[in-house]
Amino acid sequence: MGNTMLEAAQHQWHPIASSEELEYRHTFHGQLLGREFAVWRADDGNVNVWENRCLHRGVRLSIGINDGTELTCQYHGWRYANRTAGCTYIPAHPADSPARTICNRTYPAVERYGLVWSGEAPQGDPPGVALLDGTDVLSLRPIPVNADLETVHRQLTAYVFQPNEGLDGAKAAVSVETSGDLSIGLSSVSGDCKTQAVFFLQPVDSDRTVIRGVLAGMPAHKAQLDVLHHHNERLSALRERCEAEASQLPQPEKLQPVIQPVSEELAGMPEQSTSGRNADLRVKIARKWSTAEGIAGFELVSIDGQLPTFQPGAHIDVHLPNGLVRQYSVTNGPGETQSYKIGVKREPDSAGGSQCLHDDVREGDVLAISEPRNNFPLRRDAVKTLLIAGGIGVTPILSMAQALYHTGLDFELHYFAQDDSHLAFPDILETLGDSLHTHLGLDPEETEQCLEGLLADYQPAMHLYVCGPGPMLETTRHTADRLGWPDQAVHFEYFKNTHEIDDSTSFEIALSRSVMTLQVPAGTTIMDVLRDNGVSVPSSCEQGACGTCVATVLEGEPDHQDVYLSETEKKRGDRIMTCVSRSKSARLVLDI
Amino acid sequence: MTGCTDPTILNLWFAIGAEQETTPCIVSDTVLLEEDLSFTLDRVGQPLVWRRDARWPAGSVIDTSDVSVTLPVKQAYGYIWTCLGQPSADIFPIEEYDEPDRRNLNAASIGVNVSGPRAIENFLDMGHFPYVHTDILGVQPHTEVKEYDVEISESRDEIVATRCRFFQPMASTASTGGADVEYVYRVPHPYCSVLYKSSGQNPQRMDVIALFLQPVNQERVRAHMLLSMLDEANDERVMRRFQQTIFGQDKPILENQYPKKLPLDPRAETPIRADKSAVAYRRWLSSKGVTYGVIPAAN
Repeated sequence: MGNTMLEAAQHQWHPIASSEELEYRHTFHGQLLGREFAVWRADDGNVNVWENRCLHRGVRLSIGINDGTELTCQYHGWRYANRTAGCTYIPAHPADSPARTICNRTYPAVERYGLVWSGEAPQGDPPGVALLDGTDVLSLRPIPVNADLETVHRQLTAYVFQPNEGLDGAKAAVSVETSGDLSIGLSSVSGDCKTQAVFFLQPVDSDRTVIRGVLAGMPAHKAQLDVLHHHNERLSALRERCEAEASQLPQPEKLQPVIQPVSEELAGMPEQSTSGRNADLRVKIARKWSTAEGIAGFELVSIDGQLPTFQPGAHIDVHLPNGLVRQYSVTNGPGETQSYKIGVKREPDSAGGSQCLHDDVREGDVLAISEPRNNFPLRRDAVKTLLIAGGIGVTPILSMAQALYHTGLDFELHYFAQDDSHLAFPDILETLGDSLHTHLGLDPEETEQCLEGLLADYQPAMHLYVCGPGPMLETTRHTADRLGWPDQAVHFEYFKNTHEIDDSTSFEIALSRSVMTLQVPAGTTIMDVLRDNGVSVPSSCEQGACGTCVATVLEGEPDHQDVYLSETEKKRGDRIMTCVSRSKSARLVLDI
Repeated sequence: MTGCTDPTILNLWFAIGAEQETTPCIVSDTVLLEEDLSFTLDRVGQPLVWRRDARWPAGSVIDTSDVSVTLPVKQAYGYIWTCLGQPSADIFPIEEYDEPDRRNLNAASIGVNVSGPRAIENFLDMGHFPYVHTDILGVQPHTEVKEYDVEISESRDEIVATRCRFFQPMASTASTGGADVEYVYRVPHPYCSVLYKSSGQNPQRMDVIALFLQPVNQERVRAHMLLSMLDEANDERVMRRFQQTIFGQDKPILENQYPKKLPLDPRAETPIRADKSAVAYRRWLSSKGVTYGVIPAAN
């Protein structure tokens, strides 16, 4: 293939698979212009066309496992999400959420005429073929030929076949109806019978081409097999002619696809993100509905392109029309990447956040949100996981439950709520089967008793995740502690920090990497001082609940005022939430 | 033939066959660094290696005194080693091999369509145990690779990874149940690695498994495996079969890595903390200027 032709081919659409080849939960090995693809259909119907190598160690993803929502690499079990190809889980580090944007290269995919179309950088839409539009089509078995594109093209213009209804009839007259670089439309007429067919040429490499034939019109069911046999025979003979001809030609050089290097950020060991509260994404409210008493569901879709990958436990910042910023957990299950679904409870003492979403924001409105951030990551190396949710605290837990359910890991979800009408997202709950246990209408004392029972039997490698109102969370943590759960097995997320913040102290902070020494006066937070001095700090809730603004403490004794760190982590004193916590020592050295 | 022009690699010793599997005075053929070689043992068990010669085809009986031009040879760890360049005096040490109560055996020599450095990285890697060696060296959900230490030993110019621990349901033929197994890894040679693993039978000491790769070309190796075990219970067949099962599980993964040569550019692939030893290995190869079997980083 000449250079100009190759160049042109890189900007064209090509068939790389037939729809039938993408069987249920199969991963198909596609090839085009020397490049390999992992092609797989998710259970929601979406066709994924990805670079055929895991970003980690280069193993082909076409040998990966398609579980209907994510593709898992065979080598180290890295999971990549439907649509985004973003990594959602790295089993070697179960406690971490993949902090970096580890994302495989994706290619466009369109299904048309029973074929899956893709390309390196195709322009516009896949080609329309008048012969095939507005009619049923039958796609033939793909015929791989060890010959270059031109040879196969030339042979195909002389391809002779019988019309569907006249397979045994007199020798048909075949004429070329259309001819392009990459396809040939033929028409076969014998007596009264006529069949039109289009043969697409898929240039797999410089010396290999796949013929993908599509017949216009579907033959009667009984005749289908005969028609397929007919073409199989004729095309196999054509293949032999092509290969004989190509063997006389000099062997062309194989195409060398360019594999894009991973981003600078992914090349080294992970660094913390440094952006502040961001609102990079614009989303439209595709749906707003009442999912339970006092709880509104919102489905947010991107207005320009694909939403970033989320992981179970992740939250987004929602920037409201009235200027407030609120955090909401993504409730989605694995692979649900077309939208984010969040649940918002109307708070009676709302400062205007939940009220605004309930009363003022409507379907069709556009909101600014942050990328999903995960400070409540789900380990998947537990022998059993207990999920405990109270009220609206169920939202991050729902995402976790679906991930665990989908991968067949042992878990129980205990959902505490006032009554049936307060159970949010019943459509999701329904899918969790026997793993769901609801506890309705319990007063605080009964709740505590119930928790005692649930937490009674701690075993090594069990993990507990809890999210709910402050008092219930405290009770769960204390009960777990009393019943022998180690601190590192208990994971929690508070909605907000209800502790009163004491900001009366003043102290000095030294930034070891930035080589700066700054004063934090009473009434000002570490975060404010950092930002005033041009040091950017990532943040989200800014009240010591979400964990986004964490910094490493190298020296000094932090005065923890957050609800994010566990007791053990607080005692260790090597991390601090810069939005609310302060210093007990006169000086604090931070790794910033 | 392009052949190997990498001086670092040309001057290394490579294992090319097990002594036990070589019949004295019968010619065996092999390929090292794209060079066709023949080898055998003489009547007293001394090895000799020469560039292939039509006079002495594989399988023929030979009078070893007829072969006048031979390559450097050594016998070490049950294998015949040779070198196509200017060899160093010694092959790297494995002290445990000489301990009297150990059972030393060559477990297998298996062809794999991948570069040597990719195979070394696989040997150093623990994260794949639950996925590739399911129910043997690892089992889900126990997938965590705990923090470990890696350093380049100054005295020996080799990579050493210590404090490596991984949960294993059945770490060797001598194990009966699951436990955290401790490993130490050494990479004393760009194409060889030695692992030490806590022994099921004697907690104070460690079993040794060594991998000696023979590069046939840049994208194909023969992997020779040495076992030096404290296992007294199992017969050699069982121990061999165990290692061959493990290796048989790695082979299809290794053969599906793209590219087959190991890319040394940090931006070619995405490391995580668990890959510390692989990161050190790639840097070590870069610092030695190795070009054979790798894609050197563009400077």
